[in-house]
Amino acid sequence: MSESTTKQQAAVQTTGHAWDGDLQEFNNPLPRWWLWSFYVTAVIAVIYWFIYPSWPVGRGWLEGFATITYQVDGKAEESRWNTRAKLLHDLTESHAAQRQREFMGKVAEADFSTISNDPDMLAFIRSVGKGLFGDNCAACHGRGGQGVVGLYPNLADDDWLWGGSLENIQNVITNGRQGFMPAFKETFDPQQLDDVAEYVLSLSGEAPDSIAVERGKALFQGFGGGCYYCHGMDGKGLPSQGAANLTDKIWTIADVDGQKTLEEKKAVVKKLIFNGVQNMRKMPTWKGRLSPTEIKVLAVYVHQLGGGQ
Amino acid sequence: MRHENIEVNSGLMILLILTVISIGGLVEVVPLFYLNDTIEKVDGVRPYTPLELRGRDIYVREGCYLCHSQQIRPFRDEWLRYGHYSLAAESQYDHPFQWGSKRTGPDLARVGKKYSNEWHVQHLVAPRSVVPQSIMPNYPWLLERDLDFSDITERLKALRKTGVPYSLTEEEYKANVAAYGKEMADWLDINQAQDSLFAQARNDYDGLPNRITEMEALVAYLQVLGTMVDFSQYDEGYFVEFR
Repeated sequence: MSESTTKQQAAVQTTGHAWDGDLQEFNNPLPRWWLWSFYVTAVIAVIYWFIYPSWPVGRGWLEGFATITYQVDGKAEESRWNTRAKLLHDLTESHAAQRQREFMGKVAEADFSTISNDPDMLAFIRSVGKGLFGDNCAACHGRGGQGVVGLYPNLADDDWLWGGSLENIQNVITNGRQGFMPAFKETFDPQQLDDVAEYVLSLSGEAPDSIAVERGKALFQGFGGGCYYCHGMDGKGLPSQGAANLTDKIWTIADVDGQKTLEEKKAVVKKLIFNGVQNMRKMPTWKGRLSPTEIKVLAVYVHQLGGGQ
Repeated sequence: MRHENIEVNSGLMILLILTVISIGGLVEVVPLFYLNDTIEKVDGVRPYTPLELRGRDIYVREGCYLCHSQQIRPFRDEWLRYGHYSLAAESQYDHPFQWGSKRTGPDLARVGKKYSNEWHVQHLVAPRSVVPQSIMPNYPWLLERDLDFSDITERLKALRKTGVPYSLTEEEYKANVAAYGKEMADWLDINQAQDSLFAQARNDYDGLPNRITEMEALVAYLQVLGTMVDFSQYDEGYFVEFR
């Protein structure tokens, strides 16, 4: 140790310990204000023991003197303070919860045309609806409602299997839907299957006119295939049956857009006609899981994603 | 005891350090084992069936708990997102529990019945095919590998030793019939473990009717999470009483 540092440090007290003859330990006490702040926090801790639940005593515990109010089924209750009571308080009496309830009440009473013309209510629905949609719908339909081709329909375009009005959407969310198309594996022979697929693709301009298309059209519109029962003579679909519009170039199950050649496109359409749509399009029922008002919020939210009619 | 005596005697110092640092843990943990109200008294919580239990083993094996917690805390934001907060009673037969504190993915405590089996299979094989922004790894082997249930009896017996009410004796079986009904008591009977696993696998969770894959077990487990207690039976004030 150099002489100058020894001089500097001589002013500092040592703890009085000495090892190996001359190895000493300086004593640098904490600043007084810091030390007192520390003592004060210890005192506050003791005060907390009396306010909030704290030490175990026997088979119970010190419950604390603090109380808190909350509502259960509209009835006000008061109980000792604990995190669960605090949660119920936050859910029923906090400012955010009360404001939300107030708006939910307005939405519950309003009809769709009133909601659509009220910017405040629409702003509320976009905000709450985003959360509800994220928690309940986004897992299948995607965070932006874009869907998954082959599995879950796109909610952001203007193509609706079951109708795109607010009432239709509300009905679908409330009651769920089971998409169904029969399998045509027994009905069509390979040639016929090929023809019908070619005709279906021609409806949206994917396949050029040909004799095969004409043969397919006869099957589609005749008793041989009977496709027109659900898809209509013009192939524009039937919302009451959940039958897809085949003329609008929007493909939700057969991934036609993902294929390059006509043969590949035909293959995915043929596969769908061959197997039908069974046990794969199952929109769950949300009544019982969500309140009618929440479903209403979601209907408006989905409607304004882009394609509401 | 003088300061210096402790500082020069490392064995003694280690002992004293361990004593001091264990106080905090002991004070927080030990009372939970004897307090009357630690575990809420609710109906419906039962041990996992053999198939669900194997699913749980796979959940642990794949390290799902590293990203997914199974504990909904009593806060308004969690209530709104996930549903009712978790009860201690709901994980009373979990050994070890899967509460966790790391949420890279969402909490799974109430994921049961929320999505369809088909969705789970699709999502586990290729998460980004249904959730484009997901960062979860793919688990395609779950659908390829057959479930190993050769040691299911031993697994149930081991859990029975820790106090999980799987039945081995006639008496225990009768108690389970009284508590959970005959059908569930059969599924929780160690002597019928394989049969009950086969029976439940007929629900075809993995979409492969002729096989029992690891996916089958995992989806069966995911679909039961958080569904055992029927919260509509209880007044919310009831759960407040336990804390």
